[in-house]
Amino acid sequence: MSGFTLEQLSSRLGSHIESSSEFRGENTYFVAPEKISEVLTVLKEEFNFDYLVDLTAVDYLGIKSPRFEMVYYLHRFGEQYDENIRVRIKCSISEDKPAIDSVTSLWAGADWLEREVYDMFGIVFNGHPDLRRILMPEDYDEYPLRKDFDVRNREPSKRSFKKALSEGNF
Amino acid sequence: MGLNAAPTAGGEGFLTTTVNSVANWGRKNSLWPMPFGTACCAIEMMGAMMSRFDLSRFGAEVARFSPRQADLMIVSGTITYKMASVCRNIYDQMPEPKWVIAMGSCTCGGGPFDSYAVVQGIDEFLPVDVYIGGCPPRPEALIDAVMKIQKKIDIEGAPIV
Ligand code: SF4
Repeated sequence: MSGFTLEQLSSRLGSHIESSSEFRGENTYFVAPEKISEVLTVLKEEFNFDYLVDLTAVDYLGIKSPRFEMVYYLHRFGEQYDENIRVRIKCSISEDKPAIDSVTSLWAGADWLEREVYDMFGIVFNGHPDLRRILMPEDYDEYPLRKDFDVRNREPSKRSFKKALSEGNF
Repeated sequence: MGLNAAPTAGGEGFLTTTVNSVANWGRKNSLWPMPFGTACCAIEMMGAMMSRFDLSRFGAEVARFSPRQADLMIVSGTITYKMASVCRNIYDQMPEPKWVIAMGSCTCGGGPFDSYAVVQGIDEFLPVDVYIGGCPPRPEALIDAVMKIQKKIDIEGAPIV
């Protein structure tokens, strides 16, 4: 599809979009978490958003409920590589069972990004091929970017460090 | 050390000394660093080794990436707890005698990273001989630290093992 417009996108996604906002040319669409893979599949397959720029999460503890929000940044280069259109897709995830579908089948690059979100926020990605911690030690037992985790709490890191030393497991 | 210079040609004279002081003299003038660079400070360490600052003038020329051939560990860069076990393991593989330089604020005390992942000073798990402050320290500071290590070897020495 060439000559992409945002109107086409909103009419195609229709009721999947819960709300949308625009700020200085940046377009954000909120969708329901159970619709995320459907929406992202449409964006990739029909609207040629080939490139997943980033995928991350935000913890709105005490600010919003549900607490977590997933953020996907998609980029469309266009057929002649002359377009450079970006959209941002967001969806909320509840606190008690934070989980969402993995998008690794759409963009292989989502693999490590989802592992990072899992590592930092404890959000589980259903269908991810290898969901392990990526930055913190594998036996680490906290989710450090959650707002209820004290950013200066080094005790969990020390525990993993001592365990790695005593087991000779580096 | 006693010196008996022969009155005639060279080669006839002799020195009296101890094995320890000859060994320590050799050690201090041929430190072989194991560069443990994990962040920005490592760039300054590389700078110190290149021709402009030329650490090799002090004998610390041969950077050994194998700990088994090194006797001076230069820890330069942010050390996280995940990296700390690796760092300690590499230190343990170095043969005695060995020395450690903590290069930069990060290795001395965590630097700007007062966070859940960063070790607040590598002396938590390594015996540090010389600390260099700075974020990053200039290459001259590293050269100064190497010379301090040399002085330390000169004064304290190390047993022959
Ligand atoms: S002390 Fe500063 S320059 Fe050195 S590793 Fe830490 S942050 Fe980087």
